[in-house]
Amino acid sequence: MKRTLLALLLITTLFASFACERRNGGSGTNATDGSGEIIVGYYGDLTGRTASFGTSTKNGVEMAADEINKAGGVMGRPVRVIVEDDQGEPNKAATVVSKLVNQDKVHAVLGEVASSNSLAAAPKAQEARVPMISPSSTNPNVTQVGDYIFRVCFIDPFQGDVMAKFAAKNLNAKRAAILYDFNADYSRGLREFFTRSFKGLGGEIVAEQSYTQGDRDFSGQLTQIRAANPDVIYVPGYYGEVGVISNQSKQLGIKAPLLGGDGWDSPQLWELGGASLDGNYISNHYSVDDPSPAIQKFVADYKARYNILPDALAALGYDSMKVLADAITRAGGTDSVKLREAIAQTKNYAGVTGSISIDKDRNAVKPAVVLKLVWDAAAKAGKFNYDTTIYPEGMTPPATTSAGSPAPAGAASPAAATSPASGSGTNR
Amino acid sequence: MPTFVKRILGLVIVVGVLVAVNGWASRDGLFGFGLPYYYAELLSLTGISIILAVSLNLITGFTGQFSIGHAGFMAVGAYSSVFLTVYFSQPVEVWLTGLVGATVAQALVFLGIILFGALIAALAGLVVGIPSLRLRGDYLAIVTLGFAEIIRIIILNIDRVGGATGFRGAVSPWEGRAIIPQYANFLWIGGFAVITIVVVYNIVRSDVGRALISIREDELAAEAMGINTTRYKVLAFVISSAFAGIAGSLFGHYRQFLHTNDFQFIRSIEIIIMIVLGGMGSITGAVLGAIVITILPELLRQLPGNLIHYRLVIYSALLIVIMLTRPQGVMGAREFGIPWLKRSQKQPEGDKPAGEKGVPIAQSQEVRK
Amino acid sequence: MDTFVQQLINGLNVGAIYALIALGYTMVYGILRLINFAHGDVYMVGAFAGFYIALYVGFAAGPSWMALAVVLVGAMIIAALVGMVIERFAYRPVRKYSRMTTLIMAIGVSLLIENLFVAQIGATPRAFPDFLGSQSQAPYRLFGNAAISKAQIVIFLVSIALMLLLQWVVFKTKVGTAMRAVSFNLNSAKLMGINTDAIISLTFAIGSALAAAGGVLTAQYNPNIDPLMGILTGLKAFVAAVLGGIGNIPGAVLGGLLIGAAETFVVGYGQHIGIASTYRDAVAFAILILVLLLRPSGLLGSTVQEKV
Repeated sequence: MKRTLLALLLITTLFASFACERRNGGSGTNATDGSGEIIVGYYGDLTGRTASFGTSTKNGVEMAADEINKAGGVMGRPVRVIVEDDQGEPNKAATVVSKLVNQDKVHAVLGEVASSNSLAAAPKAQEARVPMISPSSTNPNVTQVGDYIFRVCFIDPFQGDVMAKFAAKNLNAKRAAILYDFNADYSRGLREFFTRSFKGLGGEIVAEQSYTQGDRDFSGQLTQIRAANPDVIYVPGYYGEVGVISNQSKQLGIKAPLLGGDGWDSPQLWELGGASLDGNYISNHYSVDDPSPAIQKFVADYKARYNILPDALAALGYDSMKVLADAITRAGGTDSVKLREAIAQTKNYAGVTGSISIDKDRNAVKPAVVLKLVWDAAAKAGKFNYDTTIYPEGMTPPATTSAGSPAPAGAASPAAATSPASGSGTNR
Repeated sequence: MPTFVKRILGLVIVVGVLVAVNGWASRDGLFGFGLPYYYAELLSLTGISIILAVSLNLITGFTGQFSIGHAGFMAVGAYSSVFLTVYFSQPVEVWLTGLVGATVAQALVFLGIILFGALIAALAGLVVGIPSLRLRGDYLAIVTLGFAEIIRIIILNIDRVGGATGFRGAVSPWEGRAIIPQYANFLWIGGFAVITIVVVYNIVRSDVGRALISIREDELAAEAMGINTTRYKVLAFVISSAFAGIAGSLFGHYRQFLHTNDFQFIRSIEIIIMIVLGGMGSITGAVLGAIVITILPELLRQLPGNLIHYRLVIYSALLIVIMLTRPQGVMGAREFGIPWLKRSQKQPEGDKPAGEKGVPIAQSQEVRK
Repeated sequence: MDTFVQQLINGLNVGAIYALIALGYTMVYGILRLINFAHGDVYMVGAFAGFYIALYVGFAAGPSWMALAVVLVGAMIIAALVGMVIERFAYRPVRKYSRMTTLIMAIGVSLLIENLFVAQIGATPRAFPDFLGSQSQAPYRLFGNAAISKAQIVIFLVSIALMLLLQWVVFKTKVGTAMRAVSFNLNSAKLMGINTDAIISLTFAIGSALAAAGGVLTAQYNPNIDPLMGILTGLKAFVAAVLGGIGNIPGAVLGGLLIGAAETFVVGYGQHIGIASTYRDAVAFAILILVLLLRPSGLLGSTVQEKV
């Protein structure tokens, strides 16, 4: 009997924490938009399989928020970031965003890296009419969830297209092989659009192989790719596997260069791949070696704060927070309707990952840079050298259109603001 | 009071409570007041966890066969039912709406879809169960794990259910529904949780249940007593899988989004922790375990600091500590709580802890009138 | 043809690692009838032990047989200790309980190791230093395009040596005789005056050391190590042990090599028979289900009747 009472007590306590709230009818938007702190929710994978991505992004977001607060906040209002872990599971992502928008009454939500988690969580933000900016979900479907969902990264079609153009035009490749991460939506998306675009440019896909995140042996796939004798190998994966793939491709005597996307961008890549990475190319938002002062300041600050070089995800997290702050300023407050409008009207915002404009589909339109990976044998270190900038359709290069020297219009495009110091690469 | 009156009364009370809570947890609230949405969501997820835990308890707790692929069967139910909803249910629902009105039509369609999900999951259970249940129990563990993994890989290969992006609706809008409709609400989830509990309770108290428990206690002895152990094990496994399938369909139609990352190995482990925490062979224990394991991590979020990062460390340490101190689970095989459940379950020995071998079921039978 | 030979080399290379891990599963199962779920994580612990030894001793990447030997032996010793601690504090107290209890315990230990690592050092992959210099060196050409890298040769040689050593220990030494006696019948062995607890402890130590060797060796070929690396590899190694006949040492080796080769050939030639390379990870489990259906005792195992 004692135990029964104890159990009942336990259950009652659990339910006691469920308070009642008065339904104000309609949407659950937060009422406070005049003053007080600005509450921003961040959700990402901090303890699951892709924890390294979520943590990088979180670092970027928190650093941006601190910078804003040090500069006096947004219109005098301090920014507070509430961080929630979703363990990389879509179901948990939906739950935490529900908590952020309904319980914590955040003014805006930032997250997730993986498109599948964003897709699961976005409806919660949309329902509550709280703007959500995804730093790095690249699947086109994400922003189609509703008019409150935005992103500051490329979408898959653009990035796949960029690499296909680069391979076909700059590297004169005719035969491409693809090795993609079967479990990652990002990788599958890039593969699909690379294939479409590369075939459209007269190329041929001679071999296609896959792996899943966490695999350690790729020699089977690479042997088949070697047998197909491709000019280039497109590997749109994440750095953890890519470093090993590059390594093993060299151990199998493969000479064709590997091409990749922004998922490669991490200091870890060099530790894993080392010298074998020399001569490969990636498409990216920016380059840590870009000499433009804005980027160098970001890289130095990040290094000082976290004692590690920022990867692309950190930079995107940083930009998403900055774009949000910029929009709040332009909206004159955190009223969700006005804020949504302001984010949608973001035009040529000079972020570290390039000039960001939000288009009518709420996607970021920005140029991509192609970087060449160069290994310095003496220093035992590698770096990403700027090679070329590729602009999305409908976006003209700022100022002159002459290739090779894209002069930035104002501060519009730091990523494009290259200097001859990093070399001009292999424009043929 | 005659038994059937008591039963009808019980039914009325349960339905009444479910309808009231459903109203309270809904968007409109009850009489202007409502549960905060976030809690309402947790309530529904808890209901799904209860179905999963109680059904797994049938095979693991009562029959003693260790399955670590429950999430795989849940995935089978979820994906098959949502597939049906997205690609085939619309014309049927339109046709039924013309006959009986929108609300009833939707309910009928959803009921059909849930049963379909349960059927497919049960078939999957049959396919996995027949080869592996002939063998010693620990093979079942590894085969169910492997099966869940194969299921996940197969689903990832099917682009019509979203592949690696996740399943939100028809890939091309003209093929079916663009977005999975939110058929499930707390009324459905809570209702099926109650049905699961009642069904499992009745199975365990029947002669089938006694056969299952005898298999757990001593398989060879049970065989010697003339019990076709493989047949009973497969039966329990199939029923258990069917309920996992139901939980999956409810989950899919509640979340309106499916992704294989929600049905990984760790999800199966979570369900096991629920029944280990509650007590293997205790239905109320499984319910309690499901409630605690679903709500605890969310409560941990409220705490300051990094405690949530250690969630999985806490889980695994909990598992080890329970196994070291009370290998039969915290509640053992005893039921507890709600007095009308306890009355039919009164134990002659009083509060003496149940041993590893569980409660002798035969004794509890005599007390029941 | 050269592609076929290359795939065979790749497959056997992966298989050698599976075999090293499978030995631990099979030895423990032979003695305790326990699927030691934490064994895959001991493999991971071994790889990280090697990583941190290299870090603290200060071995930089670069060809050095000394560094490889020190790291390999150090990792094996640490893993052996970890294995013994797990046995002593987690498995021994519950040995008297039902099989399900020990199995849940094994899962609990496995999760605890993984999650402690994730919570402490994060899930970010680490790069294991390359002590063979094979990662920047062209492979040795056999014929045509078929080639074998230095790391692959070392993996083959070291694993064969370790397996022969194990075979010698089990069949030619007194300890080995005791181990076989315990696996035959624990209680009789105890009556014969064998210190069964010590023998079980030793079995865990040997199995864990072999897994750690697998961890360090594989990291010479695939430098990417992370706290969750043991899950899938461990499961596949277990399947290898079942395929070969669980409790059977040569069977575990054979099973490991077969699983490794099967996986690689599915990647290489699966598309010709309608299996995409995306099904690679499902291969091991499909094999497991087939083995259980057709020959539950495994390839080399003998059918054992359940004792009453």
